[in-house]
Amino acid sequence: MTNHWIDIKNADVIMIIGSNAAENHPISIKWVEEARRNGAVLISVDPRFTRTSALADIYAPLRSGTDIAFIGGLINYVLENELYHKEYVAEYTNASFLINPDFGFENGLFVGYDPNKRKYDKSAWSYQTDADGIPLEDKTLQDPNTVFQHLKRHYARYDLDTVSAITGTPKEVLEKVYSTYASTGQPGKAGTIMYAMGATQHTYGTQNVRSYAILQLLLGNIGVAGGGINALRGLHNVQGSTDMCLLFHILPGYLKTPIEADETLAAHLERVTPRTNDPKSVNWWKNYPKYMVSLLKAWWGDAATPENDFAFHYLPRNSANYSHIALFEAMYRGDIKGFIVLGQNPAVGGPNSNMERKAMENLDWLVVIDLWETETAAFWKRPDVDPASIQTEVFLLPAASYVEREGSVTNSGRWIQWRYKAVDPIGDAKEDLWIVNQIMRRLRDLYATQGGAFPDPIVNLTWDYGDGLPDAEQIAREISGTALVDLKDKEGNVIVKAGQQVKNFTQLRDDGSTACGNWLYNYYTQEGNLAKRRDTVDRSGIGLYSNWGWCWPVNRRIIYNRASVHPVTGEPWDKEHPVIRWDPVAKKWIGDVPDGGTPPNTIHPFIMKPEGHARIFGLGLADGPFPEHYEPWESPVPNLLSGTQNNPAFKIWASEMDYKGEADKYPIIATTYRITEHMQAGAMTRNLPWLVEAMPELFVEMSPELAEEKGIRNGDKVVVETARGSVTGVALVTPRFRPFQVNGRMLHQIGVPWHWGYMGISTGDSANVLTPHVGDANTMIPEFKAFLCDVRKAV
Amino acid sequence: MKVSRRDFLKLSGAAAGSLLLPGGAALAVREAPQFPLRKKVGEVTTICTYCAVGCGQVVATVGGKVVNIEGDPDHPINRGALCSKGAASLQIINNPRRLTKVLYRAPGATDWEEKDWDWALDRIAQRIKETRDAHWISTGESGKPVNRTEAIAFVGGSQNTNEECYLWVKALRAMGLVYIEHQARI
Amino acid sequence: MGKVAMLIDTSKCTGCRGCQVACKEWNDLPATTTTNWGSYENPPDLSASTWTRISFHEVADDRGVRWLFFKEGCLHCTEAACVEVCPTAALQYHEMGFVSLDEDRCNGCGYCVEFCPFQIPRLEINPLTGQGKAYKCTLCQDRVTNDLIPACAKTCPANAIQFGDREAMVTMAQKRVEELKAIGYTNAVVYGDKELGGLGRIYVLTERPSVYGLPENPQVPALTRLWQKGIQPFGYAAVGLTLLGLGFNWVVQRRVARAAEAEEEG
Repeated sequence: MTNHWIDIKNADVIMIIGSNAAENHPISIKWVEEARRNGAVLISVDPRFTRTSALADIYAPLRSGTDIAFIGGLINYVLENELYHKEYVAEYTNASFLINPDFGFENGLFVGYDPNKRKYDKSAWSYQTDADGIPLEDKTLQDPNTVFQHLKRHYARYDLDTVSAITGTPKEVLEKVYSTYASTGQPGKAGTIMYAMGATQHTYGTQNVRSYAILQLLLGNIGVAGGGINALRGLHNVQGSTDMCLLFHILPGYLKTPIEADETLAAHLERVTPRTNDPKSVNWWKNYPKYMVSLLKAWWGDAATPENDFAFHYLPRNSANYSHIALFEAMYRGDIKGFIVLGQNPAVGGPNSNMERKAMENLDWLVVIDLWETETAAFWKRPDVDPASIQTEVFLLPAASYVEREGSVTNSGRWIQWRYKAVDPIGDAKEDLWIVNQIMRRLRDLYATQGGAFPDPIVNLTWDYGDGLPDAEQIAREISGTALVDLKDKEGNVIVKAGQQVKNFTQLRDDGSTACGNWLYNYYTQEGNLAKRRDTVDRSGIGLYSNWGWCWPVNRRIIYNRASVHPVTGEPWDKEHPVIRWDPVAKKWIGDVPDGGTPPNTIHPFIMKPEGHARIFGLGLADGPFPEHYEPWESPVPNLLSGTQNNPAFKIWASEMDYKGEADKYPIIATTYRITEHMQAGAMTRNLPWLVEAMPELFVEMSPELAEEKGIRNGDKVVVETARGSVTGVALVTPRFRPFQVNGRMLHQIGVPWHWGYMGISTGDSANVLTPHVGDANTMIPEFKAFLCDVRKAV
Repeated sequence: MKVSRRDFLKLSGAAAGSLLLPGGAALAVREAPQFPLRKKVGEVTTICTYCAVGCGQVVATVGGKVVNIEGDPDHPINRGALCSKGAASLQIINNPRRLTKVLYRAPGATDWEEKDWDWALDRIAQRIKETRDAHWISTGESGKPVNRTEAIAFVGGSQNTNEECYLWVKALRAMGLVYIEHQARI
Repeated sequence: MGKVAMLIDTSKCTGCRGCQVACKEWNDLPATTTTNWGSYENPPDLSASTWTRISFHEVADDRGVRWLFFKEGCLHCTEAACVEVCPTAALQYHEMGFVSLDEDRCNGCGYCVEFCPFQIPRLEINPLTGQGKAYKCTLCQDRVTNDLIPACAKTCPANAIQFGDREAMVTMAQKRVEELKAIGYTNAVVYGDKELGGLGRIYVLTERPSVYGLPENPQVPALTRLWQKGIQPFGYAAVGLTLLGLGFNWVVQRRVARAAEAEEEG
C-alpha cells in the first residue's frame, strides 16, 4: 500500500477492484465505513457479486480478466472529458516527457517485438533527452511525442461501446463508475483503489496494476490522504517476507540478486545503480552501493573486506528465472533434489497442483516446517498414489504458533508491529528461529570439519546467535543497521559511535563501516525497538498514528507525499486532509515524514525514479509501456481490440502436464478466490472446528441460467473440469452470478474457492488442480483468476 | 384474551412442569444472579496471524495456557474488532491437530515415525550438504563464477516474523540457493 | 443503572461472521458438524451451541441483486414471554435491560422454547442424564455486568453491532433509517424500538422484517399473561392434579422430540 488501512477513511471515492476486501480483509471495512459516514462512495468492480459488492453503492460486474479494458475506458473518459488533475499531471508525472520517435504501437504490439523469442527489444521505449541525459519535456502536453499524447491515442480506442463489449459491463454502469471515480481528479478530492490478487493473478497482472496507477496519477491521487494504490496483501507477514526478499530475484530491501554478468561488485553496482544529471532529482537508488555493502558486512562481517569486494562473490548468481512456476517445472524435470517448505503449502496453493504434487515425487528429501500436517507434507500419501513408489525422505518439523514466539510482522500498510510471546510452544514444537539456527550451526560445523563445495560463505557467515533460541531483538538490531566504527560527519564529529545502532539508512556507508541487514527496516535504533511503540494518540488529524509501531521507509506513513502539495507553495491540494504542509516561517514540513525534507520546488516528488517523476509511460516492463487489453491464456472470445490474442511476452511452459484448454471443449470461464472463513491453502482454518462449521465444504458458484442449462439445482454436487483436472463441489446457484453479454454472446462464468485439500478436518478437492501453469509476463504470478472449464452435475 | 386449545395444552404443561421441580425451586427466585466473567481478557499483545491488515489482539493465559484471544481495543486499526478467522484464533493454539513431535517418513514408507530433534536436524544438515556438494555450480555458461546450487529449493516465509525471514534468507543465500520463493509470488 | 441495548445495523453488516465465532469463543460453545446446503450460511439454525449466527438472504428484483446478512439471536424483550413462563427463574429480566439466563437454575422444561415469539431459545438434553437445559444469547451477561461489551459487538469489523445506552441506540437507529431512506432504501425501518415493550436488541433493517424471518408484529402469546397473572398466583393446587398427567406427558414428548432433532443436527 502507498497509504495504509486507516487512511481509507480520508477517501471521497473508494474503488475496490480485483479485491474482495469485505471477505478477505474484513477490518478494512471499518475504515471504508468511516469514509462513507463522511459521504464517500463505494464502488465494487468484480466478476462476482461478493460480500463487498453487497455493501457497495455501485456494483460493476466485469468478465474475469478484463480490468485493462475497464480501466482503459476510464482513462479514456478522464482524458476525453479533461477531468485529470492538470497541474499534478504536468509537474509530477512523465506525461510531459518526449518519447523516442521510433516508439510505436500497432495491432496490439508495441514496437520491437520478436515473436520467436516472445520478447521485446525495448530500446525504443525511451525518453528523448538533452545532452546531459535529462528527459526533454513539453509542459503544455501538446507535442505529439509527449507521453500524454501517446496515452490519449492509445486509450482513444477504449470507448464505452468497445469496453462494454469486452468486459460485459453494461454501458450505463460503466458511465456511472467512470463519472463517479473521475470526480476525484478535482484538486482536493481523493479516490483510492484497493486491489489484491484479482488484479495480479493474470498473464498481464502487472499491467492491470499499472492501469490503476496510471489512472491514479491522472487524477492526482498518489501521495495524498485517502488516495494511493493499495495492494491488500493476503498473509499477516507477506509484506515483511517480501521486504526481506524470500524471492529469487531480490535481496533484503529490494536489492538485486547478482546475475552471472556481475563478475565484480563494481560491475554489479554499475549495472544496477541508476544515475541522473537532473539537479532536482533525488534519485534515491543512487545510494544502492551503501545498502549492498552494508548487507554484505552484516552477512560476512570481518570476512567482507574492501580487498575481496566485501565477499560479493559469496552471493549466488542468477542465470535464469527461478520463480515459483519455474521452480516446479524444474522439480518436475527432476532437477531439484531437496526442498525446504516453511509454512507454505504448494500442494494446494500452487497452480496446476496435480503437476506440482507429481513434481514432488522426484525429490530425494523434503523438509516441512509447520503447525499442521499439510497436504505438502503428506503428498506421498495423497489419494490415489502408492506411498511405496515414492522414494522421498520427508521431515515434518513441528513449529511454534504465533503466540508461542516473539518478533515483528509488517502489515499491508508497511507498519512493523511487535508480537510478544504469551506461552511456551506446545509439545516438542520449536520456534522457527531455533530451527534455522540449529540447521545452520550444524551445516557450518559439517563444512568446517569436512570441507565441501565452496564452504567459505557458510563457514564465514556471521552467525552468532548462540546455541539456544536466538534473540529476536538481536536480529532486529542486525537488520536495522549498526556502526562498525565511529561514524563521523563531514566536519569530523562523531555522529554514531562504533557498536551503536544507526538512526536510519541515511547513515549507512559503502566503505564497510556500517552493517545493515535490510536498509529499509531501521526499526531498532538507539531509542530501542520502535516496533513496540503503542502511542494511541493521532496527532496528524488524518489517522497516521505515527508513534504506533514503526513504518518503512523512515516511518513515512504515506509515500510519495511530496506530491500531495502544490509544487511551488508546498500548500496541500486537500486542505482538510493535509499529509504534509510547508511552514514558510519555521522553514520545515509539518505532518508526515516528507519524501525529502528540502523546501518546495527544490526536488521532484517521485524520488525512487531517476527522473523523479511518476511513470505514466512505464520503462523496462516486459510487455509494454502502456497497459493493453489481451485475453487470458484460456479465453472463449477473440480479442476485440487487436489481432494479438494474448499478452505476447509471458512464458509458455511445455512439460507434458502443461495442458491448455480450448473453448470448444471448455466454454465456461472459471475463477478462483478466497472466502472470509478460510485462509489460503486452508491448513490454518480447515483444522479449526469453528471455521469448518461456518464453511464446511468446497462449493461452486454459478448463475441460475447456467444451472438451468446444465440441469443443476442448488445444493447438487457438481463436477468442474478443465484441461488439467477436475473437482467436485456443492453447487451454489445464485442470482449473484450473472452471465456476461460479451460482444453479443452470452458467456457463463463460475467461481471456485481454492482453500480445500486432502488433509485437515474439512477435506475436499483443490481448485488449483484446475488452474494453468502460466504466469504474468513480469512477475510470473500464475493466472489463477481466469481460465476455461466445463461444469456438469455429478453422478 | 383468547386461549386456543393448543395454547391451553402448552399452559398445562407449563404449570405441570413447575410441579415436577424439587421443593422450593419452583418458587420464582427473583433476586438478580451474579455473573462472574467466564474467562480472563488478555494482557499479552500480539498481531493476528491471518491477513495483512495487522489487527491487534490481546492474549489471556492461565497457568501457561492460552484461554482467550480477542481484539486489542487500543489498536488504532481494528479497535478491538476481529473477523471470523481472527475471532477463532484460540483454536489455532489449543488444537489437538497441532504437530507436537518431529515426524519422519523414510523413503517408500507408508507412515510417519516419531523422531527426536537432534536426529532430524543432524540428518537434514547432512542431506543439505550432500545435495549442495553434489550439485554445486561454480561457473555459468559464460565462464563467469555463479557459486550456486539449483538442486535445493525453498518456499515459504509469509507465516513468519521479519526476524525469521531475515535469518532464513541469510542462511539460504549463504548456502548458495537461487530457488528461493514464497507466498508473495502466488 | 440505565438500560442497555444492542443495535444491529444490517445495512453495515458484511456477513463476515466474526460475531458468530466470537460468541462461541467467549461462551465456550463447540462447533457442530455441518454440510454445505447450497448457501454460505452455516450452521443452519440456532442451537444449544450456536447462540447467534448470520443468516444470508439473496433478493433479486427490478432493483438488482441484494445480499442481506442478518444476525440472529435473543432479542431481549422488555415483555419477555420466556421470563414470564420460566418456572425456575433461570430466565430473568436483568435491571440493565436484557434477559439473563442462569444455567444452573434451568430445569429444562422447555417453556421458553415454546413461548418465545421469535423462536430463539433451544433446549439441549444431556444424553447421559436426560437433563435438559435451555440456551440462548445472554447478551454476554458476564461481560456486560463486568464493564465489558458483548463479544459479538466488540468483534464486529463493520461497526454493524453497537452496544450501549438503550435510548442512545434507539436514537442512532432512527437517525440511520432516515439516512438510508434518503439514499433510496425506501423500506428501511427500525425494529425493536417499540416491539414487545421495546427490545434489548434493535435492528436497522433495509427491507421489511419478514424478509429476514422476523415477525412483522410480534406478540407475547396470550397464554403467557394468563400463566403469570392468572394461574401462577393460585398456586399449584388450583392447576390441579387433573392436569398433571396431561402436562407431564406433554413435557416428556417435547423432550423426546427435541433430543431427536438435536441428534440430527449432530
